[in-house]
Amino acid sequence: MQDFASSLDRSIGLIISGDAELWAIVLLSLRVSLSAVVIAAVIGMPLGAALAVARFPGRQVLIVLLNALMGLPPVVVGLLLYLMLSNAGPLGMLQLLYTPTAMILAQVVLVMPIIAALSRQVVETLDREYSEQLRSFGLSRLGSVPTLLWDGRFSLLTAFLAGFGRAIAEVGAVMIVGGNINHVTRVMTTTIALETSKGNLALALALGTILIVLAIAVNAATSLMGGTARRLAHA
Amino acid sequence: MRDLRLPDPRSCIAATPAVRDLPIAVQGLRFESGGKTLLDVPELTIDAAGPTMILGPNGAGKSVLVRLLHGLLEPAAGQITLAGRRPDRAARIRQAMVFQRPVLLRRSVAGNLHYVLRIRGVPRAERRSRVRDLLAHGDLAGKGHQPARSLSGGEEQRLALLRALAASPEILFLDEPTSSLDPAATQRIEALILGAARAGTKVIMVTHDLGQARRLGQEILFLNAGRVEEQTPAARFFPRPASAAARAFVDGQLLV
Repeated sequence: MQDFASSLDRSIGLIISGDAELWAIVLLSLRVSLSAVVIAAVIGMPLGAALAVARFPGRQVLIVLLNALMGLPPVVVGLLLYLMLSNAGPLGMLQLLYTPTAMILAQVVLVMPIIAALSRQVVETLDREYSEQLRSFGLSRLGSVPTLLWDGRFSLLTAFLAGFGRAIAEVGAVMIVGGNINHVTRVMTTTIALETSKGNLALALALGTILIVLAIAVNAATSLMGGTARRLAHA
Repeated sequence: MRDLRLPDPRSCIAATPAVRDLPIAVQGLRFESGGKTLLDVPELTIDAAGPTMILGPNGAGKSVLVRLLHGLLEPAAGQITLAGRRPDRAARIRQAMVFQRPVLLRRSVAGNLHYVLRIRGVPRAERRSRVRDLLAHGDLAGKGHQPARSLSGGEEQRLALLRALAASPEILFLDEPTSSLDPAATQRIEALILGAARAGTKVIMVTHDLGQARRLGQEILFLNAGRVEEQTPAARFFPRPASAAARAFVDGQLLV
């Protein structure tokens, strides 16, 4: 117990003193996860919206598939991407394995289905209200996607933050394709896993604290956004 | 000193040329839903210059008829022609529609008007002054920056009507736009509709308010149970409706 207390004490010291190694890890985590979520949103939101408004055979199957992909196990994504990126794999010549780019790629694969599926729900709900009016304006089904995305912007922010929450907290995928290399691909979650097994509890606890604070902040932002959205848009 | 002259309604809502898309002709039009025929119109021509009011009890098929004419619904059979041509996209965007419950975008009051002008291809430089004129025309001048959905019921519908008029439609469809409004709000909506009609827009409006049909209508289209019972000039309809169903409706009897 004394061990835990002293570790906690030293971890707080690490955070407050602005330990360079600690903050480098935090910054890399943010860089990887934010890049991944932005890319996933740019692809996932229009995709989800298109799926919400388009009518074609097999649409329902696609929606079920997309919803199922929300629960994709990170280690499996890591493994598959590892096979693709390794020297023998089809994308081996890109030499991306064990780079932050590979980690971003892994998180894009992980987060994109979440953002697309949530966007699909948001846009479908909005479309029920808008579709007649937008048709009257002369817009085609796909032509109404930009309008629906913009008018659903506050609710879509929730999808974005949900995606970020998933990315920043995930270990398996970035561990496998990043390799957890010191000063190169070591992010908060992989460092916590490694340092805990090494018995360096101070650094692990410091990163854990920052991660929890981030998670709370994201959740608080999500519910705050929801309230602001209703107030601003009177939705 | 700013010029305080009121905007001429014609300058902002209707530079409408002679309506190109009249007459609207309907041939063998049928609409079905859930195995039931909701509307069956063997033949109908709408050509009168003034507003055409579509009257009838609930479930008569009034809303279905305007939605078919506007192209929001696909008929089970039959066709609609505008001035002898099948309606294409260009003809559709010369039309506009106001719904019973206004569907306002989650944007500002002015933003809703900007939006329609933008998708109609009005140049950015021109949009600003058009929006200002429209807001003044609809008595919403001070509310441009407010979220559209924070307006009162009457103001919301006024904005929906202004938005429909923004692109100077040739044909304006309205589906009971005042059914949930108080008399004062109704009066302002009616004034805007009459203004548009005088400026040359063909108004086709569903109502079940006889007083409103009398005030606005040039021609009455009476529907009952999915059929057009009669089409008569308003001046003739109200003193003596031709069909028994219309007589009963005008006399205030309940149609079942």
